[in-house]
Amino acid sequence: MTTAHGIQSAAWLLIALPLLSAGVLLVAGRRADKWAHVVGAAVPVVLFGYAVMLFFSVKGEGNREINLHLYSWIPVAGFKVDAGLLIDPLSMVFVLLITGVGSLIHIYAVGYMAHDEGRRRFFGYFNYFIAVMLLLVLANSYLALYVGWEGVGLASYLLISFYYSRNIAATAGNKAFFANRVGDVGLSIAIMIMFAYVGSTSYADVLYGDTQLTKGVATAIGFMLLLGACGKSGQFPLQTWLPDAMEGPTPVSALIHAATMVTAGVYLIARSAPVFDVSQAARTAVVVVGAITLLYGCVCGCGQDDLKRVLAYSTVSQIGYMFLAVGLGPGVYAIGIIHLVGHGFFKAALFLSAGSVMHAMNDRIDMRRFGGLFRVMPITYGVFVCGYLAIIGFPLATGFWTKDKIIEAALDKGGTSGWVLGVVALAGAGLTAFYMTRALVMTFHGERRWEDDVHPHEASRSMTYPMIALGVLSLVGGYLLIFGGGLQHWLTPSVGPSVEEGVHTVSTLVLTAITLVVVALGVLGGWVAFGRKPVPISQPVGVSPVTTAARRNIYADAFNEMVLQRPGQWLSRALVYFDNRGVDGAVTGLAAGFGGGSARLKRTQTGFVRSYALSMLGGTIAVVAVLLAVRFQ
Amino acid sequence: MSRLLMAETATIHAPSVSYHALAPILIVLGAAMLGVLAEALVPRAERYTVQLGITVVGLAAALVTVALLHGTSETTVAGALAVDGAGLFIQGSVLVLAIMSVLLIAERSVDVGSAIVASAAVVVGSPTDRRLARTGLIQTEVFPLLLFAVSGMLIFPISNNLLLMFVALEVLSLPLYLMAGLSRRRRLLSQEAALKYFLLGAFASAFFLYGLALLYGYANSVDLPAILKASQASPKSDVLLFVGLALLLVGLLFKAGIAPFHSWTPDVYQGAPTPVTAFMSSCTKIAAFGAILRVLYVGFNATAWNWRPIVWAVAIASMAVGGIFGLTQTDLKRVLAYSSIAHAGFILVGLVALTKDGISSVLFYVLTYGFSTMAAFGVLMLVRDADGEATHLAQWSGLARKSPFVASVMTVLLMSMAGIPLTSGFIAKFSVFRAAFHVAAPLVVIALVFSAVAAFYYLRIVVLMFFAEPPENGPTIAIPGWSTAVALTFGVVVTIVLGLFPQPILDLAAKAATLVG
Repeated sequence: MTTAHGIQSAAWLLIALPLLSAGVLLVAGRRADKWAHVVGAAVPVVLFGYAVMLFFSVKGEGNREINLHLYSWIPVAGFKVDAGLLIDPLSMVFVLLITGVGSLIHIYAVGYMAHDEGRRRFFGYFNYFIAVMLLLVLANSYLALYVGWEGVGLASYLLISFYYSRNIAATAGNKAFFANRVGDVGLSIAIMIMFAYVGSTSYADVLYGDTQLTKGVATAIGFMLLLGACGKSGQFPLQTWLPDAMEGPTPVSALIHAATMVTAGVYLIARSAPVFDVSQAARTAVVVVGAITLLYGCVCGCGQDDLKRVLAYSTVSQIGYMFLAVGLGPGVYAIGIIHLVGHGFFKAALFLSAGSVMHAMNDRIDMRRFGGLFRVMPITYGVFVCGYLAIIGFPLATGFWTKDKIIEAALDKGGTSGWVLGVVALAGAGLTAFYMTRALVMTFHGERRWEDDVHPHEASRSMTYPMIALGVLSLVGGYLLIFGGGLQHWLTPSVGPSVEEGVHTVSTLVLTAITLVVVALGVLGGWVAFGRKPVPISQPVGVSPVTTAARRNIYADAFNEMVLQRPGQWLSRALVYFDNRGVDGAVTGLAAGFGGGSARLKRTQTGFVRSYALSMLGGTIAVVAVLLAVRFQ
Repeated sequence: MSRLLMAETATIHAPSVSYHALAPILIVLGAAMLGVLAEALVPRAERYTVQLGITVVGLAAALVTVALLHGTSETTVAGALAVDGAGLFIQGSVLVLAIMSVLLIAERSVDVGSAIVASAAVVVGSPTDRRLARTGLIQTEVFPLLLFAVSGMLIFPISNNLLLMFVALEVLSLPLYLMAGLSRRRRLLSQEAALKYFLLGAFASAFFLYGLALLYGYANSVDLPAILKASQASPKSDVLLFVGLALLLVGLLFKAGIAPFHSWTPDVYQGAPTPVTAFMSSCTKIAAFGAILRVLYVGFNATAWNWRPIVWAVAIASMAVGGIFGLTQTDLKRVLAYSSIAHAGFILVGLVALTKDGISSVLFYVLTYGFSTMAAFGVLMLVRDADGEATHLAQWSGLARKSPFVASVMTVLLMSMAGIPLTSGFIAKFSVFRAAFHVAAPLVVIALVFSAVAAFYYLRIVVLMFFAEPPENGPTIAIPGWSTAVALTFGVVVTIVLGLFPQPILDLAAKAATLVG
């Protein structure tokens, strides 16, 4: 661990600058409406420029873990909480992803929000998000991470309910808030356990310090961290908020709910690798959560008609892949992170093109009302296809390099569990190909199904250029990331070396072939089911139970409503009743008693000096009497 | 005969006087004399400026000397005066708050002239009175009067000799009686208040003096340490001691505005000019508590078991009266008056502890309460209508719409009085209750109940300001001049800062918690 020097000492600006601009945009009021988007979009670009310089500065170091002490927050004896930043390969990857993809999406949002009254507010929140997200990944202690963690939760809440006058958006915001709350409790308990057993929350002390975590403590911390990660990353069983979060503006879905914030859970687990190295149980739990969510997201994605919801479920399942990877343990962490970065590219591309479609179709997002759009929106179509190829793992596109490695690693785990996980990951790849083909075909191919008052058109350049950039990254980004083992080697100081060589359960070539066949089957299935015959405008009824289940998110919402919401409502109603009748009764009764007494007693304050003097005399006699009584009792 | 007289006089020695220890008092008295001279010699047009200068400089110089005296612990003038930690802390608090009151009195931009009448002696409602009311003239004697009162307040809490304490009591009271009658608006109410205060004050002083005489009969001395020694040693009947103490207490409790000797408070607070009310509710209260502290801790330490029940009783009575009567008041000045009665009860709770913690918590409480109440009265001066200050509660409804800033400032002050965390009031209540908990847990519980009751009427004002519709033809918010702005800002900032970082002042109060016997 080295101390920051030179350009590295200015890393705090990464957080301070966007926070400042967010403050200015939100406080300045209407007079900033004219220039707010320029400032808002310029900030992440500047940050990206700085991040690149910082990257090369860190690259030049022998020891690439740089600590930047900011200030001592609570310097009491025996209890020391310092605020500081940790610049290391892992956090650098996130900083570059957040500022890079963030810049593109900010620029896109300038055009996307051009006709929105709340554009200034939007950019204020968006910059705030960048600030707290960077704090989350740059923090050098769990406590500082927690500040960022709560900060992004707030940003997410504010941006989901951005159109707060729409009931559905407000509800979605609340849902995200509640689900995140459950997760955050987990994270805060983990931090409390660290305080109790290690006496500190800095990574240096907790993960690499002198205090060796016992297995029990590590398991407890691991499970609580996992709960936190599940809440933030939309993983089973806290996944239901993420699809609803698509009520926010599309740039929000792209940046916060696809590329960056929802991957914070993966970051948390990768960062806490030493904890999970100690506890096998916690590690297994991560794998199980990842596998379940992966399949869950794929199945639900097949049943949605809302394009953004399809993409949201796809995010859920892709993060499932990442959880699976980081849960597999040493040697696979880097692969999970690589998939995370690649996913950031292609999912952002998909969302931005979906936003472009939505923009062109008067904010309509029902795929059954699209069709044939590739003729009128060629650029959007092109970008979507790039993202499509990347996510299904078409040869040489990003997913091909990153996702296939996870499938391979799952199989390499060995034993029955290895086979089960491998097959699940493989099935996920097939299902992904199926639902993404469905989405592509229903949106861009077939005959036009939109109404006459809609005139789809290509969006402005401020939207198309970032889309094209992300589309290109989706195609070639994966190769660039793993070229010569680049990113794996880079990440080694943070998460340990990547296991590349060695005996594979199934040889790489065979596995690649199998994967491609499965994917091809998925694509074929999607095309046969939706590409060859006309798509009905309304949802068909009388379908198989599996389809019904997929449409209803495999009853996760129904389950939550039955098991959590209803009893919760009963409980709160009972409490309200008790509060009204019991507590309030006592309180208002008391208040009424005092009030009545006061009104009656007030008459004793007559205003006559003679009666005041009399009362004083009475008081004096009483005082004398009491003193004597006490003395001679 | 003449030889006898000569022998008598020969035995009297001039006591040694430690002038530096008494410097603060001497400076304030000197400034007051200078003020009287200025009143006689300076032309009327310049008197305001000159008097203000003399007063502020005098008080500030006294404050500096008090600060320089820190750590002093000695008795002087044959043991009559004790300059010690607690005494100096009280003196410092009185001086700081007196400077703030002077700044409030000096306010000339919200009302023509100031809150002080142009000429107090003119018959109310006469043509001259009406003519003078429109001029910017002011009865500048208020400044030397205030200085005399402050000098009394500086002697009062450091007197170890009851006779001297009585003199100090009169020195501080007489100017206050006059000052209460100096209001520019509602002059009849103001003069009535002054007369009431004078009559009842004289009544209370008589009790004090009678108690003093009885104690002399018991201990053959009016020095507090001598009374303590007598009460520890004497086998004789102690009826005189306790009746004397009771009567002494009546005089002191009256000054501190503690029930059942509080009845003057609402009327006088309402009638007096608001800056003078601010002065009385902070400085007088602090000085009175300093004296009570000294009498009970130095003179009657040994008989605590006998007087503790009576302190319990008056504390509860005070909290109850302040809490319950305050609920249905409709005039803000009266609400603050009842609030001061309730706060006096809370301070007595800390007094019961009879430990160092008890002393320091009382010192901290009186200081923080002084700042909050001073600033609150300052805010009252700003909300005005055609008749002067708009103090009726109904006129304050919806104030936040007109001036969110003034409403927020008032809210902070009321929160502090209610004892909501992150304000100084919370820390003060907490330290007082903690100090008393070991010896008087039931009293602390009762105090908690009454602080909840009192919180209700503070919060009622907050709700009214923020959530009620403003009345038609409501009051206007005056823009304060520099002096009020300084005093208000200081009061509010201290209220917030002592809520967030109370440690330095708590440490200071703990260090100052010594009383020399």
